Amino acid sequence: MADFEIKDLHVTVEGREILKGVSLGLSRGEVHAVMGPNGSGKSTLSNTLMGHPGYEVTSGAVLYKGHDLLAMQPDERARLGVYLAFQYPTVVPGVTMANFLRTALNAKRGYDGKDKSKAITPREFRALLKEPMQVLRMDDTFLSRYINDGFSGGEKKRAEILQMAVLKPEIAMLDETDSGLDIDSIKFVSESINSMRGPDLGVLIITHYTRILQFIKPDFVHVLVDGLVVRSGGADVADELERTGYSEWVDEPAVIGAGESGVPAKPASWGAEEVS
Amino acid sequence: MAVVPQINVGDDYREKYGFFDPEKYVFKAKRGLSEEIVKEISWMKSEPDWMTQMRLRSLRIFEKKTMPTWGADLSVVAFANIFYYLKASETQGKSWDEVPDDIKRTFDRLGVPEAERKFLAGVAAQYESEVVYHSLHEELEKKGVIFLDTDTGLREHPEIFREYFGTIIPPADNKFAALNTAVWSGGSFIYVPKGVKVDIPLQAYFRINAENMGQFERTLIICDEGSFVHYIEGCTAPIYTTDSLHSAVVEIIVKRGARCRYTTIQNWSTNVYNLVTKRAAAYAGATMEWVDGNLGSQITMKYPSVYLMEPGAKGDVLSVAFAGKGQHQDAGGKMVHVAPNTTSTITSKSISKAGGRTSYRGLIKVHPGAHNVKSFVKCDALLLDDESISDTYPYIECDENDVNLGHEATVSKVSDEQLFYLMSRGIPQAEAETMIVNGFIEPFTKELPLEYAVELNRLIQLEMEGSVG
Repeated sequence: MADFEIKDLHVTVEGREILKGVSLGLSRGEVHAVMGPNGSGKSTLSNTLMGHPGYEVTSGAVLYKGHDLLAMQPDERARLGVYLAFQYPTVVPGVTMANFLRTALNAKRGYDGKDKSKAITPREFRALLKEPMQVLRMDDTFLSRYINDGFSGGEKKRAEILQMAVLKPEIAMLDETDSGLDIDSIKFVSESINSMRGPDLGVLIITHYTRILQFIKPDFVHVLVDGLVVRSGGADVADELERTGYSEWVDEPAVIGAGESGVPAKPASWGAEEVS
Repeated sequence: MAVVPQINVGDDYREKYGFFDPEKYVFKAKRGLSEEIVKEISWMKSEPDWMTQMRLRSLRIFEKKTMPTWGADLSVVAFANIFYYLKASETQGKSWDEVPDDIKRTFDRLGVPEAERKFLAGVAAQYESEVVYHSLHEELEKKGVIFLDTDTGLREHPEIFREYFGTIIPPADNKFAALNTAVWSGGSFIYVPKGVKVDIPLQAYFRINAENMGQFERTLIICDEGSFVHYIEGCTAPIYTTDSLHSAVVEIIVKRGARCRYTTIQNWSTNVYNLVTKRAAAYAGATMEWVDGNLGSQITMKYPSVYLMEPGAKGDVLSVAFAGKGQHQDAGGKMVHVAPNTTSTITSKSISKAGGRTSYRGLIKVHPGAHNVKSFVKCDALLLDDESISDTYPYIECDENDVNLGHEATVSKVSDEQLFYLMSRGIPQAEAETMIVNGFIEPFTKELPLEYAVELNRLIQLEMEGSVG
């Protein structure tokens, strides 16, 4: 059995079944890619695994470290070592990236505001940030900015990877991390992710296009179509998709390596309300 | 007809409270309000006749004026049941045991030092702060800055006092201004001479004495030409009082080219009706900034205003309100553009939780001929649950065409997306909610001196505990 086991996962969003029985095993040390055309359920998979309240699991299980992940709150999943680099990171005004990163780190270390010995020191914090910020080409002013507020598309994605580098998860999902990135940024981001690869980290790359897979080589590739894994194999599956696209399953032109020809539509937002 | 008050001075009085003039000390208060009471108050303070007369005149205005029928529901204020003049020694005579447990617990969690707690709970004066005050006082005196409690101000500087007192907020302004003028006691009196910039904030906290926590404080600040002062009133720790009505008046004069910032964070216990009139007049090129935070009280009605009297004057109001269970914060600001080329901004941030209600109430008034006026109002409300309420009452009275007025308002809930995002990084829900709320009021917090900002964030954290979004 793999370290991280998804078993026959069925997920409904606003009454519509999106995932129709997904099974997938991922172990630490491995890089898996989940590829699929628009609307196949890729983001539903990552959001469900992280615990987004808008996704209803109707059946199935996700097991990690002996826990039923689906019974846990998102913060508990995160502290267990699960991470999601979002496709559309959320803006949180007024909260600085430094404050955010420090609070997240302290939460991981079990600091609840009482036992000061568990809190990260400013020196440790700086040391932890130094290298990944260099690799990601981010300067210090970034830390005093508010979470994703006014960030360019590329800055948002780099910020997601920086958080990953700092929090050091064991299972990391990267949801369309290369979308919206120029070729240089893809290189920085890939460099950073590759530097984290090792026996302790399992990666699940979720992507429409093969572009990012040229920089981060997957060990396994799964093709998700209409809520089901229709094909699993080695890196050669991606090469094949590069040539044929998803035409075997859906009526979509084969422009897979081209990048930004079709940006997936933003999913509907759940519960976020703003009225003037 | 003057009534001779009972004088009751304890043996340890001089040792403990020698900071004060003896005749100010003990006065057995009566409930309710009458001409006699007002005369007694004035007599106790050995005030000049003009002040006694002004108090009496104000009392008559108070009696004639009707209660405001807008804003919060004030029908329950029982004027006849209030002590209008409680001497410090009496409040100090209260014992620590009488302070409610939840207030004590909050002190614990805020980490308020022991000595401060008793003061904040209205139990005793804080002696260390007197020392701080005295050294500060010397420093300021060299520059000619006057920083006194208002009673002493009247005694020692009658000429300045009489020139300005009641000119910005006359007794007839509103019922509560009349009440305050009739029975005022305590508050701060500040005069900053021409060109003097006071580089550290003056805090009421330094000037702590018996009068400080008066129900009817009266503050008068005069910034002479080209001067600067930042005055800070209140603190984030809860102020406990058994008095149910707090009605203060603050008058500020900012002369040509001067700048004044007035920062308040009020956290009265939730039995208090907090009805405050605050107003400043800003002259040519002068700047007045109100930074006003309302966390406590059952009901607050407070709209700091700036009258922009001459060209180039600038007014700012930055206001934060937090209303929890059973609280109604009716707050905002008022900008009156009397002169051309004047600018103003009002930024209001309000948070409602557990059925609490926040109201933004604001007025932008532009007089005829006040051309090239710029004014911008922004109010953002954050609701933490479905039972809480927020409403806005933005008024504009504009008698001039050549103006640029903007208004922006948002009401939002703590968004599930933001919550999910923070939680996905391992931050527990309650902490994530607190972060979002603190982020929401950050434009306010960043204007506070650091120690106040830290305390305010901690206080929000306490208010947030147990809330589920």
